[in-house]
Amino acid sequence: MTTSHHTFADKTAEAAVRATPEPLARRVRSLSDKAIAWLFIAPTIALLLAINIFPLFWAIYLSFTNYRANRPNAEVRNVGLGNYSRVLNDPDIWASMQTTAHFVFWTILLQTVIGFGLAYLIDRKFRGHAFWTTLILIPMMLSPAVVGNFWRFLYEPQIGLFAYAVSFLTGIPTSEIQMLGSVQLAPWAIIIVDTWMWTPYVMLICLAGLRSIPDYIYEAAEVDRASPWRQFWSITVPMALPFIMLAVLFRGIENFKMFDMVNLLTGGGPGSTTEVASIALKRDAFEAWATGRSSAFAIVLFVAVFGLANIYVKALNRVKQR
Amino acid sequence: MSPARTIFKPTTATAAHSVVEPGATSKRIAATLVILYAVITMVPLVWIFLTSIKSPPDSISYPPKILFTPSLEGYCNLFTTRTRQTPEYIAALPEPDGICDAVTRKRNMVIAGPSNFLPRFANSLIIAFGSTFLAVGLGTLAAYGFSRFKVPLADDLLFFILSTRMMPPIAVAIPIYLMYRQLGLSDTALGMMLLYTAVNVSLAVWLLKGFIDEIPREYEEAAMIDGYSRLQAFRKVVLPQATTGIAATAIFCLIFAWNEYAFASLLTSGSAQTAPPFIPTIIGEGGQDWPAVAAGTTIFLMPILVFTILLRKQLLRGITFGAVRK
Repeated sequence: MTTSHHTFADKTAEAAVRATPEPLARRVRSLSDKAIAWLFIAPTIALLLAINIFPLFWAIYLSFTNYRANRPNAEVRNVGLGNYSRVLNDPDIWASMQTTAHFVFWTILLQTVIGFGLAYLIDRKFRGHAFWTTLILIPMMLSPAVVGNFWRFLYEPQIGLFAYAVSFLTGIPTSEIQMLGSVQLAPWAIIIVDTWMWTPYVMLICLAGLRSIPDYIYEAAEVDRASPWRQFWSITVPMALPFIMLAVLFRGIENFKMFDMVNLLTGGGPGSTTEVASIALKRDAFEAWATGRSSAFAIVLFVAVFGLANIYVKALNRVKQR
Repeated sequence: MSPARTIFKPTTATAAHSVVEPGATSKRIAATLVILYAVITMVPLVWIFLTSIKSPPDSISYPPKILFTPSLEGYCNLFTTRTRQTPEYIAALPEPDGICDAVTRKRNMVIAGPSNFLPRFANSLIIAFGSTFLAVGLGTLAAYGFSRFKVPLADDLLFFILSTRMMPPIAVAIPIYLMYRQLGLSDTALGMMLLYTAVNVSLAVWLLKGFIDEIPREYEEAAMIDGYSRLQAFRKVVLPQATTGIAATAIFCLIFAWNEYAFASLLTSGSAQTAPPFIPTIIGEGGQDWPAVAAGTTIFLMPILVFTILLRKQLLRGITFGAVRK
């Protein structure tokens, strides 16, 4: 019965083939693997070229001109390396780079120490560790802008929970806990939120690193009567180091680009104490509308991230091979 | 290694667990510290929720109130479509129309004006889901291409795809702003969708390549011997096998697009604005309406909260581009 059914289907299929000279189905069927590979990859590459690479080259072009986006009809002149020399000689831009470096240093230091510490503790596999780990992971999945905005409320000196808690614990009057209004405290206000948000990220990667250390190494160390302290420094830390370094790389790149949290918490203020590179760039590009100069600034930033990341990856690979 | 183990074994035979298993005290200390950290970390989130169900005076009282009568004023202000109104006007209305009107009456609320939250939230939904759909679609095809075929310069192309993620958003925002102005894409949902697709496709390709690499090639080869074409084998054998990976990838893309702020705040101002740049601008009578902001934040964070719990096993892969696997 099935055979007759098949022949019937085959016959109709053949008729269909004869009816249209080259049916689409057959053409698709006969696509070579090479054609399929290109057909599959090309759209992605095309999209990235259109929305990532083309704008990048446009930015490079703009960085050599005096173009201003708020005056699209004005004559565009080539200014050579003028924008670059202005960017590299601008003390404000260097100050913003310094602020960025300051943030990157402290956030990475805090997040690595706390994150690794937490991972080490969670690796003790106490009862219910999975549940508490999941809770700890929540902040990093949320929107930095939306949560950062709420932190502004928590930081309010007169009504905020943060000032109240600090005052309760230390006895300092809340009027002195002006986290966002004080030149000394504002950078720390941002570092605290960033650490709250991203420590879980470092923790998760460190945890994967710790779980990758095989038990037998500890067993061998135990036989050699190595002290727990010694085991920690000669086994745990070196074996987890590539993972820690990977976390530092990802956080470093992200924090170098830091924008949302700063923009919402302080907007770069008070004064320009928290004006990180992205904030300075946004002011230059979308408030001062100095498109040419800000493009040069953007390229300098990109080259800096890319260069530092590449040097770092080389170091990371060396550690991995050890 | 094995001699050491055999020498060692007898001494541990009495212990219930292996030698590397930490002792009970060490576990108790670890548990205490981790739970303490988790509780502290949750305080701001719990506070967001508590603020969202406070009345405006309760939300800004000092010391901060932990016990209070819950109120829906924040949610009412967030969703109201009424124009600016005084308590007298609302009290004079003949019949309350829905819960919000009833709350407004009972609480003597002032309505600061109609809220834009719903359209902004809808933009977030459209843009996030649209870009996720595109990114995962394109990413699946490209990942399959990279995984199964010899593509010339494959490593370079993959690195190129990854490196597009290293650029600070503000750096590309300027030319994209100009390009979109020229193409009429500025402040449109389509423009944002394409932009987020481009940003997400790199993650999608890297993650999905990892997932597809794990599906044995033999499955497709067997299907092709049975008379399937390469494309049929892809559709009927590989895709079903990759479903879990595709779902996880989709959620990661969704979370990114849902949370994104830098591009959204620079490239949208009105009709295509998403929720992250909108929520901070919610203003009530006399300054920021914190219960309404908290209500918006709570609603906005809910889906991600659920996804985090669902995704906890895949989290590591997703946040490291699949570079680390648990």
